[in-house]
Amino acid sequence: MGEAIRLTPPLTDADVERLQIGDRVLISGVIYTGRDAAHKRLTDLIQAGESLPFDIKGQIIYYVGPSPPKPGRPVGAAGPTTSYRMDAYAPELIRLGLKGMIGKGARNQQVKDAMAEFKAVYFAAIGGAGALMAQAIKKAEIVAYEDLGPEAIRRLEVEEFPVIVVNDVRGNDLYEEGVKQYAITG
Amino acid sequence: MREIHLSQITAAVRDLTVSANTHLGQDVLEAFERAIAQEVSPTGKDILAKLIENAHIAQEEGIPICQDTGFAVVFVELGQEVHLVGGELKEAINEGVRQGYQEGYLRKSICHPFTRKNTADNTPAIIQVEVVPGDGLHLTVAPKGGGSENMSRVTMLTPAVGIPGVKDFVVQRVKESGANPCPPTIVGVGIGGTFEMAAILAKKALLRPLSSQNPDPELSTLEQEMLEEINCLGIGPQGLGGRITSLAVHVNMMPCHIASLPVAVNIQCHAARHKEIEL
Repeated sequence: MGEAIRLTPPLTDADVERLQIGDRVLISGVIYTGRDAAHKRLTDLIQAGESLPFDIKGQIIYYVGPSPPKPGRPVGAAGPTTSYRMDAYAPELIRLGLKGMIGKGARNQQVKDAMAEFKAVYFAAIGGAGALMAQAIKKAEIVAYEDLGPEAIRRLEVEEFPVIVVNDVRGNDLYEEGVKQYAITG
Repeated sequence: MREIHLSQITAAVRDLTVSANTHLGQDVLEAFERAIAQEVSPTGKDILAKLIENAHIAQEEGIPICQDTGFAVVFVELGQEVHLVGGELKEAINEGVRQGYQEGYLRKSICHPFTRKNTADNTPAIIQVEVVPGDGLHLTVAPKGGGSENMSRVTMLTPAVGIPGVKDFVVQRVKESGANPCPPTIVGVGIGGTFEMAAILAKKALLRPLSSQNPDPELSTLEQEMLEEINCLGIGPQGLGGRITSLAVHVNMMPCHIASLPVAVNIQCHAARHKEIEL
């Protein structure tokens, strides 16, 4: 495993173009959270021609619904949720300038096509390692949809948040390549 | 007739709910250690090591292993010589869930199917009561995450497909699930019974400790054969490629109708949480 690449959003086209599947990346700075319900609301705003609750250009959305924080902590456990549920909404956000998504599990072809066309990448975080992932989250504040509870959009300040590039801008997919490499057939 | 006050059950469910979500079982930790030794992918080994680290952080800090603290699935084995006093069993269990999820800083993940409005206290619990001989009461709390539950399926096979058909269905389900259910998984399989019973058998199969032997030699062989096939798929830890896609396959079986061959696959993520107590 090579040296990890360090990234701080907002990301540029050049930032994401140099990423390749399998790259280990440490993200520091601000990322935003969003799950199914928040994505639906963002999409409704876009369709109504209204502005989004945060400037999405160059940003990274982390598919997570953290558990409640203990007193004095920003979040409880905070690992990724399964990403395919956001596939219906992601291409539009990518078109508007979203540069990265963090989750777990494969994306559909429409999302992969949008990532190639508008230059964005998809990262995997370790699913089910919520206690560990939370160690990299230093601050959390709700920026929209507080009524959604765990699904509210949060602005997270992270330090060296560890992820792996699964889909790059060239249409490669680490899930497919990984299985090809390790499958035993016959 | 032995009397058990329902407040005891509420307190037990509350405590089990919190400990299940923060303390990963020793059997799972040992399975991670064995998996590290067997895994050939460097990324896979690294992920497995991080899962052990994650479990230690959760235990030390008293925070959940995974943010998805699940649906509260509660199994009750109720001795027929027990007289429950002081309320209703279902409400006592739900109150334990309510208190555990609130006091343990656990995520409330239960909502209306259409409006998606959260019930805000993680109730209702899924409660399975079985009346058994004796004057004991055995409680198991098994919080079940949504990601792996979504990858689970029930099917009604044609009896002619036999064992190969069952194996094919189970292995294909794991294959199609890919990275979604947070591999390495534990695969619970229910064979026989009716449509709903197959699913309950599969869920109960997940409660069996890892590395324990199925008492039925035929099923034990079937479990081993399916695990080997699954671990040839190449999915690996977190689906990023590797040999350890599943830690175990557990099968429960019972007789079925002459027309049927029900099979259920209940996939459990590596955060295989369940705690139990005898009252």
